[in-house]
Amino acid sequence: MSNNNGYKLVQGNEACVEGAIAAGMRFYAGYPITPSSEIAELSAQKLPQIGGKFMQMEDELSSMAAIIGGSLAGLKSMTATSGPGFSLMQENLGYAAIAEIPCVVVNVQRGGPSTGMPTSPAQGDVMQARWGTHGDHPAIALTPNSVQETYEYTVKAFNLSEKYRTPVILLMDETVGHMREKLRIPDSSVLEVINRKKPVCGPDEYVPYRPDEDLIPAFVPFGEGYRYHVTGLTHDETGFPTNSNLISGKLVQRIVDKVEKNIDDMSYYEEYRLNDAEIVIVAYGGVSRAVKSAVDEMRSSGIKVGMFRPITIWPFLDKQISQVAEKAKEIYVAEMNLGQYFIEVDRVAGKKCPVKKINKITGELITPKEITDAVTGGRL
Amino acid sequence: MECTNCSEITQKYYRVDKLPHIWCPGCGHGTLMNTVVRAIDKAGLNKDEVVIVSGIGCSSRAPGYMDFNTLHTTHGRALAFATGIKMANPKLHVIVIMGDGDSSAIGGNHLIHAARRNIDITTIVFNNNIYGMTGGQYSPTTPQGDFATTAPFGNIDTPFDLCSLAQGAGATYVGRATAYHAVLMQKLVEKGLANKGFSFIEGLSLCPTYYGRKNKKGNAFKMHEFLKDNCIDIKAVEKNPEKGENKILIGEFYNKPKTEYTEAYQVIIDKFQK
Repeated sequence: MSNNNGYKLVQGNEACVEGAIAAGMRFYAGYPITPSSEIAELSAQKLPQIGGKFMQMEDELSSMAAIIGGSLAGLKSMTATSGPGFSLMQENLGYAAIAEIPCVVVNVQRGGPSTGMPTSPAQGDVMQARWGTHGDHPAIALTPNSVQETYEYTVKAFNLSEKYRTPVILLMDETVGHMREKLRIPDSSVLEVINRKKPVCGPDEYVPYRPDEDLIPAFVPFGEGYRYHVTGLTHDETGFPTNSNLISGKLVQRIVDKVEKNIDDMSYYEEYRLNDAEIVIVAYGGVSRAVKSAVDEMRSSGIKVGMFRPITIWPFLDKQISQVAEKAKEIYVAEMNLGQYFIEVDRVAGKKCPVKKINKITGELITPKEITDAVTGGRL
Repeated sequence: MECTNCSEITQKYYRVDKLPHIWCPGCGHGTLMNTVVRAIDKAGLNKDEVVIVSGIGCSSRAPGYMDFNTLHTTHGRALAFATGIKMANPKLHVIVIMGDGDSSAIGGNHLIHAARRNIDITTIVFNNNIYGMTGGQYSPTTPQGDFATTAPFGNIDTPFDLCSLAQGAGATYVGRATAYHAVLMQKLVEKGLANKGFSFIEGLSLCPTYYGRKNKKGNAFKMHEFLKDNCIDIKAVEKNPEKGENKILIGEFYNKPKTEYTEAYQVIIDKFQK
């Protein structure tokens, strides 16, 4: 549905597909799961119309594998899922990390563990998005809180993935995925789209895993005359497995460093009424919408409260949270889990001011009243 | 790298600086790998357009030695990675090399669905009836009653017939040969490469180190001799069914092309190009 102001009324999940296609997605492989299925359905409809490819795979293990294959063959690739499927994708998320294959994984979070609450919102996969796959590895996860942001941060997820040659997770929640709001699709001429860095040398000089100064090796898809080897084993710069402990350690350190050392390039966040705030509520995704209302409500009663909203949920915004803690008298972390992001906020801010939790795991969004009650002790 | 004492085939298709391979003396995998390379040579494929994908296990080390676009993936998932590659760029010739546990235990689901789609991937299973890389545990193709490190009192599992499995799931070209019947193996791989669809070729290998030792099968020579004496071509059995009793069937089992997956998808794309 669109009107003549250039706005469309769409779901978060639809905005995700629009953003992905604008960012250059031309291959989608996935497995149906609530509450993410609209992303697959719309991809199935749109991709062949622009010469792209959609595949419904036999499970999430193969979906993740297929998008790595698709990316390696040269197409920007994405999959979407929810908790149970995200668990299955962890195996090959690790593969994409060590083999440095760009791809985007959308997780529209629902209540867990296990089958949990398929149609209800939750934010229980925050730590899984960071540590779900085994071993040390880089993690980039972005968490939008609106339909417009879902579009914009899907584009950014692709851009970061292409730039840093690493899987990027778009960590949505059911609230945002199924919320209907206006979406203004930016003109393609102003949209920044980043593509993977290609080698400047010919096949004879190409060393597939030799990083440039930015710690990122140049990428060339299979089939373009640069025959090389890709493995999930720790490997040397040529891409072949190594038994060297030194080289193995250096490889893992580099893939972590290429993200951690460039954190300023991917630090997205919003500060809301923080200027003179003595109380700061940290919230992200769907919950941040309720927190915004609660902040306004409390402000109108003269309480000096504001919100810090990480959009980049991984890597953790140490610097920004630390700055928030310098000024705050107390910090609350509101999230639809039992305190996953809280652990990190408390690690950074806990020595500077008290950090408290506001949690809900009933499969319902935290309400503004629950937030004001928690902050004011029910006085408001 | 130049190799003075290598054959022309070896020089052309192998990463000779990665040799010798890691397989145990007497293992059948090297012979099977060579049949694949010779079949590619015979088919005249451009090396730059060939992608070889493997999973995890002894068999899956093969692509590392082969001078193509090579992808060593996760255990069981080779076909799923390969499916993404083929779908993204159907011009590539995609070949998958897997082991018996790799293809039919942890990767069984991917095998039946890749076969069902009839996507143009030539799949070759190096079947040595055991998990070699992890030290000789029983696999879905370990014969009933045989011993393995995890079947110390004899295997009670019923083994898969991998070719019947692939055919039942929808593969359009199916055949079996062995490390002893290398000429036949090469022929089957050639025909598998020529089939525009999902081709499945099982290569019976042998593992003197684990399966052979555990089951008192003798040395590698004896194990090759077993393959020679106990296999019979399906054509001979069709003429004279008695000959097939207690024998392992080899040869071409199925060859019926049908619509290939990426071509079917291209028809959908083309509808929108008008």
